[in-house]
Order: sequence, then C-alpha cells, then structure tokens
Amino acid sequence: MTATTHQAGTVGRGVVTPDSTDLPALDRRIAQWESICRFDALIPERGVATLVSGLQLAVFRTFEGMVYALGNQDPVTGAFVLSRGIVGTRGSVPTVASPLHKQVFDLRTGQCLDDDAWRVPVYAVRTRGGVVEAFVPSPVSAA
Amino acid sequence: MTAIAPHRLVIVGNGMVGQRLVEALRERDTHRSWQVTVLAEESRQAYDRVALSSYFDGVTAAELDVVAPGCYDDERYALHLGEAAVGIDRTQRTVETSRGRVLDYDALVLATGSYPFVPPIPGRDLPGCFVYRTLDDLDAIRTAAERATAGPGGRRAGMVVGGGLLGLEAARALRLLGMSPHVVELAPRLMPLQVDEGGAGLLRNLIEQLDVTVHLGTSVTTIERDRGRLLATLANGVELDLDVVVFSAGVRPRDELAREAGLAIGDRGGVLVDAGCRTSDEGMFAIGECANIAGRVYGLVAPGYAMADVVADRLLGGDAEFTGADMSTKLKLMGVDVASFGDALATTEGALEVTLNNPVDKSYAKLVVSDDAKTLLGGILVGDASKYAMLRPLVGAALPGDPVAMIAPGGVSVGVGSLSRNSQVCSCQAVTKATICDSIAEHGLTDVAGIKTCTRAGTVCGSCVPLLKTLLAESGVTLSTALCEHFTQTRAQLFDIVRVTGISTFTELVERHGSGRGCDICKPVVASILASLGGGHILDGEGAALQDTNDHVLANLQKNGSYSVVPRIPGGEITPARLLVIAEVARDFDLYTKITGGQRIDLLGARIEQLPAIWRRLVDAGFESGHAYGKALRTVKSCVGSTWCRYGVQDSVALAVELELRYRGLRSPHKIKAGVSGCARECAEAQSKDVGVIATENGWNLYVGGNGGFRPRHADLLITDVDTDTLVRTIDRFLMFYVRTADRLQRTAAWLESLDGGLDYLRSVIIDDDLGICAELDEAMARHVQTYRDEWAEVLEDPDRLSRFVSFVNAPNVPDPSVRFVSERGQPRPILISGPVVEVVR
Repeated sequence: MTATTHQAGTVGRGVVTPDSTDLPALDRRIAQWESICRFDALIPERGVATLVSGLQLAVFRTFEGMVYALGNQDPVTGAFVLSRGIVGTRGSVPTVASPLHKQVFDLRTGQCLDDDAWRVPVYAVRTRGGVVEAFVPSPVSAA
Repeated sequence: MTAIAPHRLVIVGNGMVGQRLVEALRERDTHRSWQVTVLAEESRQAYDRVALSSYFDGVTAAELDVVAPGCYDDERYALHLGEAAVGIDRTQRTVETSRGRVLDYDALVLATGSYPFVPPIPGRDLPGCFVYRTLDDLDAIRTAAERATAGPGGRRAGMVVGGGLLGLEAARALRLLGMSPHVVELAPRLMPLQVDEGGAGLLRNLIEQLDVTVHLGTSVTTIERDRGRLLATLANGVELDLDVVVFSAGVRPRDELAREAGLAIGDRGGVLVDAGCRTSDEGMFAIGECANIAGRVYGLVAPGYAMADVVADRLLGGDAEFTGADMSTKLKLMGVDVASFGDALATTEGALEVTLNNPVDKSYAKLVVSDDAKTLLGGILVGDASKYAMLRPLVGAALPGDPVAMIAPGGVSVGVGSLSRNSQVCSCQAVTKATICDSIAEHGLTDVAGIKTCTRAGTVCGSCVPLLKTLLAESGVTLSTALCEHFTQTRAQLFDIVRVTGISTFTELVERHGSGRGCDICKPVVASILASLGGGHILDGEGAALQDTNDHVLANLQKNGSYSVVPRIPGGEITPARLLVIAEVARDFDLYTKITGGQRIDLLGARIEQLPAIWRRLVDAGFESGHAYGKALRTVKSCVGSTWCRYGVQDSVALAVELELRYRGLRSPHKIKAGVSGCARECAEAQSKDVGVIATENGWNLYVGGNGGFRPRHADLLITDVDTDTLVRTIDRFLMFYVRTADRLQRTAAWLESLDGGLDYLRSVIIDDDLGICAELDEAMARHVQTYRDEWAEVLEDPDRLSRFVSFVNAPNVPDPSVRFVSERGQPRPILISGPVVEVVR
C-alpha cells in the first residue's frame, strides 16, 4: 500500500487513510462502515461512482495514494457527476473539478474553492485488506 | 417637488454622427433633461459608413451596425426609421415628417450628412449607373454585377468616376464582384486630396497590377446604351465597354432643409455654424458633413464626432467649441496600405519634405517638417503604413529624431514614450494618451478590449490598436501567459518542451517543468499535446487521468450526466442502410435524436454503461463513433457538389470525405470545423469554418480562420485556384502550425488574429516556408494520418478499458437512478430528479 499517514480527522470532514483502524467517534446507530470497492479498482487521480446504502459516493484516489469520498452530486447543477471530474491540486489542497462547469472542490472538506456558497458532503473512508470502506448512514429502510 | 418636463430635442438624420450625438447624450445627460427624437431617412439604423466596403468582404449589415445595444429601449430616446424630416417651421419650432407628423422641438440638430455628387454627364441616369453611399447602393451594385457576370461573354468591366479614397474602394468592390475596373480621375493623380505625386505614382503602379485600369487627367464625356451594355466616352477619346458605372466624385452637403428654412448657407454649400456648431437660428445646430464650419465642410467621421460632442456639451449647458479636426487617413486599398496625416501636402509656409521612394520593396514615405526641421507637420505613407500609428500622434510635436531615420527601413523606431500626454492616440474618437493611460490605471485594464470599452479608442478604424498594446505594456501591465498555477509556460511553450525533450507523461512534465499535480486546465492541455506528438490510445496509462470526462468516456457529457453519441458520417454522406442502423440504435437504446448543424445525427441520453453496446452496434455496421465531443476535428460539412448540383464545379463531397478521414482524431487546442462548397454559392458555409474550401472552375480556394458561434468571423482567403494536392498540403501545414502554436481553447480565428503579421505571416510560414519548418509540419501530419486508429473499437477490444464503463464500480448492473427521462414530442427528455439547491437572494 502506498498510503501515507494522515490525520485521523474529524467526522464528516476528515479522511481516514488506507489500512487505518481508527474509528471516528460517531453515533453508530445511524452510520456504519460499508465496503465499496477494491483499492486496486481505483485509477490514480481519477474517481469512481459508487452506490452505498442508497447514496451515491464519488471516491477518488490521489497520485500519492490517498483516498477521499465526496457526495457524487454536483451541487451547482444537481447532476450526479463529480466522480467524473479531473483530480489535481490547488496549492497543497487535493481537488476535483466538476466535469460540467469546472467548479473546483476540496477533496478533504467538500468545500467549493471557487464559490463559498457550495459545499458537498464528505465521507470518512479507510482501506482494509485492500478493500475501501466508507462510513455512511444506514439506509432509511433498515432503520 | 415635481419633475421638470424634459426639453424636446429632434435630431434629423441617423448616420454615424447623429448616432454619436445620441450616445454622447445618453452618457452625459445624467439629469435626463432631454427627450430625444431621431428621424432617420434610411430604413436602417446608423451603420459604419467608413467600413462600408467591407460589406463586399462578407461583413453583414448587422455587423456594420454602430448603435449600442439597448440604446433606444430607453423611453427618453426614440428612433423613427424610414421617416425623413420634410420641413421645418422655425417660428412654431416644429418639424414636419414624411409621414405627415408634426413634432415640436426646443432644440433641433441637423445631421443630414451629404449626398454623392454626380457630374452632369449625359447618360448618368441610365440603368447600370450607381452611386456609392448607402448599403442599398451597394446591394444594387452587387445585383447588377451579378447579373452581368452571370451572362455569356468574357470578363465584365466597370467604371468608377473619381479616383479618390472612396473611388478606389468602389474599384476594389467591382473587382471583388468579378469585374475589371476602370478608374477615371480628373486630377493628374490618384487620391489628390491626401497623397502627393510620388505616393500616388506608386499607388497607381500597385493597383494596376491588380487588374485596375487608371485613366488620369481626363473625364467622362458621355455614357450611352450599346447592345445591352454601356459605352463610356472619355474626354481623351478613349471608349470603354462597361456593365456598371459607379459615381464617386465627391459629396455635397445635404443642406436643402436648412435652405428652405431660411438658415445661412455657405457659398459652396453646407449649413453655416459657429464654433459651438450653432446655426444662424439659436435653436438649431448642424453637425457632420452637412455643416459648414469656418468656411469648410468636413467629409470624414472624426470631425463629425467632434462636432457631435460639442453639441452634446452645448445642450447640457456647456460651452465646448470645435477646434478643428485631424484629417488623417489610413486605409488598405486592394491590399495596398495608404496613410496620410497632418499637413500631408506641405501647404504650411516654408515646410520641408523628406521623401523616401523605394521602388524595390514598393514603398513610399514622406515626412513634412517645419522650416527649422524641428516639428513634424504631416506625412504620407504608401505601400507600408506600419509607422502610421506611431507617427500620426507626433504631428505638431517636436521631432524625436532625424526625420530620414524615422522613415528609413530598419531606421529609428519611435517609441510611444515620445508622445506627450495630450497626443491623440485615436484620432477617430479623439482619445488622448492621457485618457488611455488613466483608464488603464483607474480600471486596472489588462487588454485592448478593455481599453475599447472604457475609452472607445480603437473602435473605428483600428489603426491605433498596436499603440494601445504598447501603452498597455508600458503601463506595467504584464499579461500573465502562464497556463495555470501548475505551469508558468504557455501551451505553445509546453508543446515545444514536449516536442524537444520527448517527455511522454504528465508526471514527468509537471515534475520537471511545473509544480503540484495539475488541474482541469493543464491536464487536458498536456493530454492533447501528448496525443498530437505521441500517438497511442488517449486512455493509455496515465493518459486516462488527464482527460476531460468527454475524452475519458469518448462521448459528450450532457447536463444530467448522460452522454451523447454522434456517429462519424464523413462529409455528411450516408447510405440508406447505414441510416437505418443509426435509427435502430436510437430506437433500441431509446435515445433522443437530432440532426446537427454539421450534417450529423446526434443521439442523446446514453448512460455511461450503455456506451460500449452502442459502439459495438455502430462499429459492426462500419461506423466509428466520431469526435463530436473533443478538442479535435469535429466535422467536414459539404454540399452535393458537381456530381449532382447543376451549379457545382468540383466534387465537394469526395474532397470533404477525404479531408475528414485525413484529419479525424487530430488533437488540437480547440475544436476544428471544416467545410467544402462545390461552387461560389457556398452552400456548405465554408467561410464560417476554421478550414473552408470553395471550388472554383480551376480548382479550390482555401479560406482559414472562420468562426460561427459567439463571435462570428468570416474566414480569410489564403490561396486561390490550387489543385487538390496543394490544397491538402496547405491545410496540413495550417492545422499543424495551429496545433503547435495556439493557446489553450483558442480557435483558429482568434489565433490568426493574434499572430503578429496576421495572414501575411501565416503565408510566409506555411507557403513560403520562411521558418524552414514545413517539412517538419508535413511529416507530423503524415505521422498522424498513418497512426490514426478507431479509438472506440479499441476500447471494445480491451477488457480493462471496458471495465470503466459502469454506472457504479460496486453495482455495475444498477443504472444510475438519477438519470431519468420523460417523453416530449415523442422522444425522451432529461429530468433532474433531485434538483440543485439554489439559494435565492432576496
């Protein structure tokens, strides 16, 4: 695994590095770790769309091997396409650009860097045994 | 407090000068004290009469419009087209119009312009005789010329009476319309008002090489009908067989309304006005070509604009005065630059003339200086007027150097620093260096467009634009040419780096020549450069991560996350069997179907996971999917050409197919569109394309740099009457040179305009091979043609690439629930099931 250690991060904002075993302190009644895909299925500097507990997550792998998960819906247009954006950096911030109108989002926080008004949800992710997992709310039907 | 009723202003005439007055009031009448009514005799609102001749280059009437958008949406400003003023009652202060209305006024401005002077020659009213003043005149000339050239017989001829500035433009127009022009001028030289003997001699030589026959020192005695054509007899006995006659022998002021109203009129016509442009009636002004100011009538737009500004100021209580105007002229006549400025004909007492006549490179330059050789008074440039922008503002100022060196080739280059702050940089709009520099500083302007918007400099004849660029540069504006935060280089520089170093991955390039990990700007640019130079599949290795989603998915992303597929139909030619395949694919995948502007069929609404299956069906039927989404050749549009069309002169379809197959897949700075028309009727609209080909009797004409879209531009004619091999070789080089040197997202139109030296420079590079790179360009294109592969078919054969075409990586069989459609007019229409969160600001 090429992952480097990254701060455990606060829930909903932070990022858990591959193979991390630290669970964020989150109310476990409404969220749990769900398997998404194999780490190897992720192309460096590209995203994939995943369907987890009825949610669409855009999961990205950076050049350094970090994994991030954002909501897949582009808040500007409403289309579920963020996973198809170009991954890069702005300064030291890892980013993805919406493929529709190119607004750039911080992969760590979901904050739009071009317009403060936009922010997308961020999900904690980790890699266990080569499998990427995301910490997501349970489906409504199961509650 | 009650509002004071506005004063009523009637402006008679909506030419450029009358319109300038309206614009000046709109800008300065901030208290809205005037209710303005404009009466326009013509059915069109004000248009650029200075650029009238460009109408024959394909510039449309709409493009010549000079009225600012929304000008007459304001209730305080009303324009009545096709309604002339027919009488003025000065005691009642009313104007009667051609529609029988009577308008009250508190102030009235005559901006009636002038009419063309037609010498009293017998036969001057015969059909086929025209004047050159309005767009309607030009339409009539065009119609007559087309009728004449469509008939049997040899080359058709036209005669222009008058060898002044406008006469030479008329001659050029006749030539563009396919006629051989004769120019008849009474004076012993061409352009007698602006150019001296030496300059006019060179001008005559240059235009005679262009199939224009010049008759000097003579006049037309009679014009008669002669076997369906016209026969003109000149005073020197020469007889000319003609199809069209155009009178362009000067203009006369339109002062008849003023005469009837009893206003004072100048001895040689024109409404007499004082320095405030006020007529002999306190409540009436006259501006532009109908006004006679200090015994002089001005026939240029710059003095007219100055008068309009004076009247605007007077109407608002000011005391501005007309202080004379710059009569400088610069124009290109049939490709020959002619400029005249200041006291060009050296009429000042004791003036000295410094002349440089160079018959070798066909240029003539003259500076007129004061008797002590310290002050520049004026000058004339013929053949090469590149020094005009710099020299003209120096008129009246101390000479910065030896006058001979200033006009000598390779001599002293005069810097913009030698201009005083009060020098007029733009003489058309009377804008000084101070105004421009202050605007740059105040508004933080960074480009010429900004200066044009803020100061209007450079918006009329454009000859000062090079100076504006220099002023920008000298104001300390450094235009960043960095591609983005990751690369300080331009696209062209990166292209050269990759070409020279052989770097083949983004990572290597950004690590050695950039910083960070790239972004949505630089990554697709680098991907495009690597594709142009390297070959290999665009999704190979690291390449996949560099591509915009369109290139990544090889289809065009739509607003709801679905994609469109546009099967390649080279040249727009398709068999019924293949048409059926497209129809079946569209039906089976329930795709919205629409015919495109580029003669293709757009299939919209495909889910990402459906794309391979759609391509499979298309590939099996012999199609490829086509680059309708990419920064690459889009389409080559064609008409049916000589195979079917009774007017066609070449096989435009075959050529279009050949070109499309040759250039498909060529990755470029922006999209490339092409068109081939089988005859001059131009049904393929080739002149609006990056590459446009129009068939001639003898071969092909090649046009480049056209554009539709947001800022339409007609393509420039690059080469004429060439055979197919020459044509293709020239397009090869044009495209490769563009791919190498253009900026990111710069279409060929903008690229061509940004090339220093423009079309001539382009010709020197890709035709004369002045840079010695043609062999390289040819080789690069040959490599592209040889290595082209069907990118979609290759995806179908590669399980690894195929695996990316799924809705969800962990649920490949579940269609994206957000991609939904409703039915509209029998076809699917996308709906967003969960719309964007829109914050409404109240």
